[in-house]
Amino acid sequence: MSDFTRGLRLWFAPERIREEGDTPDYRFSLANERTFLAWIRTALALIGGGFAVDQFLPGLAWGIRAGLALGLLAAGVLCALRAVGHWVRCERAMRRGEDLPASRFPALLSLVVALVAVAMVVVVVFGWEGR
Amino acid sequence: MTGPVRDPGLQPERTRLAWRRTTLACTVVAVLGVRQALVGGATGAGALAVAASLLAWLGFLAVAHRRVTGMGTARPAPLPPRLALAAVACTVALAVFAAATLF
Repeated sequence: MSDFTRGLRLWFAPERIREEGDTPDYRFSLANERTFLAWIRTALALIGGGFAVDQFLPGLAWGIRAGLALGLLAAGVLCALRAVGHWVRCERAMRRGEDLPASRFPALLSLVVALVAVAMVVVVVFGWEGR
Repeated sequence: MTGPVRDPGLQPERTRLAWRRTTLACTVVAVLGVRQALVGGATGAGALAVAASLLAWLGFLAVAHRRVTGMGTARPAPLPPRLALAAVACTVALAVFAAATLF
């Protein structure tokens, strides 16, 4: 619980991170930044996929189309929020000289993407598109 | 060997290019957002959605520009948390406008 509140405090006053530990090697910080940017690109790709489902599949039934688009958009938002949270936690761990935090998020995201793909296959196989 | 000090692994350059790639991805999403709003017809809500998407894109552009210009030295300072939060806020804003124009 105290870990959670401390995490929340970092969210609203992220400059506090500089108070902890020592500044790590600049190369580690830059690598962490690139990982953060890669996650942001993943989030942007999911959001773009949500736009694309809505715009380029006009034949799909409205409910299926909106559901898929909303699912992709929600995954993109989660991915972006988690990207900054993970970046802050990694930066803090590096400053304190601790192990980098482990995360279940990549497994979760791949499950969601697989589910959306299976849903698309089902939609195409049963011919629900075009009605 | 004289000349300016540089990182042997070209870490600042790689990070700068990562920002460029991310800005490009953001531009594609913003273009899709503007298209979405324009397809719906010239309504007041559509104009609002176009303006909001452009604003989010400009915000991301400003963040990336600030970071990329700070990357000119051989040993750049770590990414300020404020910039990271601003970049994420722009990304989330684009998704929220997308969800709003769905209905």
